[in-house]
Amino acid sequence: MSLPFILFFVFALIAIGGALLLILAREPIHSALSLILVMMSLAGLYLMLGAEFVAAVQIIVYAGAIMVLFVFVIMLLNAGVEERTDYSKMAKYAGIPLGILLLLDLAHWMAHSLIGKTPANGAGSANVMVSTRDLSVQLFQKYLFPFEATSILILIAILGALVLAKRDE
Amino acid sequence: MSVVPVSYYLVLSAILFGLGVVAFVFKRNIITILMAIELMLNAVNLAFVAFARAWGQLDGLVFVFFVIVVAAAEAAVGLAIVIRIYQNRQSLNIERVNLLKF
Repeated sequence: MSLPFILFFVFALIAIGGALLLILAREPIHSALSLILVMMSLAGLYLMLGAEFVAAVQIIVYAGAIMVLFVFVIMLLNAGVEERTDYSKMAKYAGIPLGILLLLDLAHWMAHSLIGKTPANGAGSANVMVSTRDLSVQLFQKYLFPFEATSILILIAILGALVLAKRDE
Repeated sequence: MSVVPVSYYLVLSAILFGLGVVAFVFKRNIITILMAIELMLNAVNLAFVAFARAWGQLDGLVFVFFVIVVAAAEAAVGLAIVIRIYQNRQSLNIERVNLLKF
């Protein structure tokens, strides 16, 4: 068991544990904090995959900006303990087995579809980092148009959020 | 020093996505349901990064940025809708939002 494997399993266990906590927590704020845990451990995994810039963006934008928005809305609406309803008998008897089935199926196919197809399981050596320079060249040359389109998307989202959250006169 | 195989990351991504689906179906709080969507997007991002690593190409990483941008836009608009629903219903329970239910 070498160091990368140990790190991988530590991060993976933290991520899965955080996701389970998100499901099991009754208070929305606990769910939000456990989701931040998942995002942090995913940032660690991105670092292990050599994507340092993506890891930084993951922490700054996801854990920093998006989750702050969630926590802010939870505080604003004073969201308390989630109500239990008796609507979801169907979910209990059909949902849990089907959910587990979906999970196993996805894991099975993802594990098996790669065997023999991946170029030597991780091209490049273990310590190669993707340089931010290469990434930005790719982003601003090959993907320039989608990049500009996302700025319009953000603008529309800002306007939409403003219009929706505005109080009626 | 051996490298963790890419399929390990993909299996982790599948597990996280499955847990996201379960959370999406089971949670009754609208904010938590939005968080479940974020969890699924995160799982997909992990798969993108793992594939980018496996094939030694940067396109997967660029797609991760686009996914993050779309997630930010979705969170902003979604939470504005949540605030609106709360003003109208005084509740965050998804069962109370049933006007369109057949």
